[in-house]
Amino acid sequence: MNKTDQERIVITGVGLTAPNGNNLTEFRQNLLNGISGVEDYNIRYFGDTYAGLCHFDPLKYQRKKEVRIGTRAGSISIYCVHEALADAGLTLDTIDKSRTGVYVGITEHGNVETENEIFEISKYNYQTKFWSHHHNPRTVANNPAGEVTINTGICGPHYTIGAACAAGNLGCVNGAQQILLGEVDFALAGGVSESPGTFGIFAAFSSQNALAHGMTAKTVSRPFDKKRNGIVVSEGGAMFLMERLDHAKARGAHIYGELTGWFCNSDATDMVLPNSERQIQCMNGALKRAGLTPQDIDLVSTHATGTPAGDVKECEALRAVFLDCPNTYFNNTKSFIGHCMGAAGALEIAANMPSFKDKVIHPTINVEELDPKCELPNLVCNKPKKIAKVDHFLNNAFGMLGINCVTIVTRYVP
Amino acid sequence: MTRAEISKAIVSILDEIVPDEDWASLTPEADLRGKLESMDFLDVIMELRKRYSVEVPEADYGQFATLKGCVDYLEPKLTDQ
Repeated sequence: MNKTDQERIVITGVGLTAPNGNNLTEFRQNLLNGISGVEDYNIRYFGDTYAGLCHFDPLKYQRKKEVRIGTRAGSISIYCVHEALADAGLTLDTIDKSRTGVYVGITEHGNVETENEIFEISKYNYQTKFWSHHHNPRTVANNPAGEVTINTGICGPHYTIGAACAAGNLGCVNGAQQILLGEVDFALAGGVSESPGTFGIFAAFSSQNALAHGMTAKTVSRPFDKKRNGIVVSEGGAMFLMERLDHAKARGAHIYGELTGWFCNSDATDMVLPNSERQIQCMNGALKRAGLTPQDIDLVSTHATGTPAGDVKECEALRAVFLDCPNTYFNNTKSFIGHCMGAAGALEIAANMPSFKDKVIHPTINVEELDPKCELPNLVCNKPKKIAKVDHFLNNAFGMLGINCVTIVTRYVP
Repeated sequence: MTRAEISKAIVSILDEIVPDEDWASLTPEADLRGKLESMDFLDVIMELRKRYSVEVPEADYGQFATLKGCVDYLEPKLTDQ
C-alpha cells in the first residue's frame, strides 16, 4: 500500500510490566528462555489459586500518597507511560503535552476498588459513613488514563477503552486513529490490568469452569495442551509511544515497528463463547487494511487463553485464514504470563516486536501433549524457533461479549 | 488523651495520609490546611472517625487550621480515650 509518511503510524517507545519482566529486554529474554511469571496466589474469600503478578517499583514514578489514593491500574499505567517516554528518548519537558493523548485499554475497572471498600466497611458493621471519598475517582472508567495525566501533566485527551480482553489491541488502534484524525501528535496507547486484585474475577471464572487449576504455578497456563483447564488471571501493562512516521523521522526516533493493519468487529452471538466466523472476518479485515495476504504474515500471535473451548475456536479460525501458508508460524504469550486481560493484546505486541530484528519466534510453553483440535501447521512449542525473516506479525485479541480486535505490526522499512 | 497524645495521634494520621511529607517537624502554629489537599483533609476526618469514633461536622473544619487548633478541638472529645 502506498501511504505517505503522514499516514503511517509507528511505534517508537515501549513501556511495560509483565509477570516475567519490567521492561522489554527482560520480558523478551524470559520469553526466549522459557521463564514463566505465574505464581502461587491467595486472595480473600476465594483462597489459594494462581496469578501472574508484576513486581515493578511504583515509587519509581509516583509519590507514596499517589499510590495510596490511586489504583493499581493507575500505578501500572503511570509506570508504563514513563518507561515508554524514556524508551522513546523523550522527556515530559520536551513534548507538547497538549498534543499528547493517553489511551488505555481495560478489560474491567472498579471491581478491585469496590471490593476493597466493602471489605473495609465490613470492619465497621457495614456503616456507609466509613466508605471512602476516594471511591469515585478510583472507580470512574477513565481512572487509569486520568491518573497518568495527573502524574505527568499531559493535558491532551485521556480515556480508557473498555473492550474486555481485546482492549490491549484496541487501545493501540485507538491511539493510531486519534493520530490519523489529527487530534494528537503523540499517542501513549496500550492496555493495563489489575484483575488479580478482585476475588470476583477468580470466583466467576471458577463458577464458569474456566479458571486454571491443579498442576503447578509454572505449568498451569497451557494453551493448546490437552490438559489445559482454564485461564490464569494476571496483571500487567504495556503502553506504546506512537506517532506519525514523518514526526518520528523528524526527531530521529528509533522505530520498533509500524502498525499497518487493524480491524475490530463483534460476534453478536454470545456473552462468553467465541465465534470463529467473526474471528475470521476480523483477521481478514486487518489483512485487507494492511494490504497483505495471509501468506505475507510470518507470525501469528494467538489470543488463546487456555480454555478448552476458546482455544479450539481460535484454531478453527486460524486454520481457515492461514490455509495455504507454509511459512506462517504461530505462538502464544499467555502460556508464560497468564491472561493479563486488558494488557494482554498490548503485551503480546511488545513480546513479538523484537522478532523483526532477531528473527526468533518465542514459543508457547507447557505443551506436553498437543490437543489434536488445536493443531496448527507451524505452532512453535516449548522452544524458540529461528526463521528466515519476520516482516509482519498478526496479533489476535478476543473478548467477552464477542469483541474481536486484530492488529498487524510490520517491520519498519523506510 | 492528653494534649501531647492527641498531637501525636494527629501526626500519626498525617504520616499515613501524606507519607511523603516530614510531619515530625510540624509546629503547633504552622498552617496545616495549606499542606493538605481537600481530599487529604477528608482522609484526616475519616481516620478520626475510624480510630477514635470522633465525628467532625463540616461546619467545624475551620478549627483544623493548625495542629494546635486540632488539639484544642479534639481535647474535650477525647478526654476519656
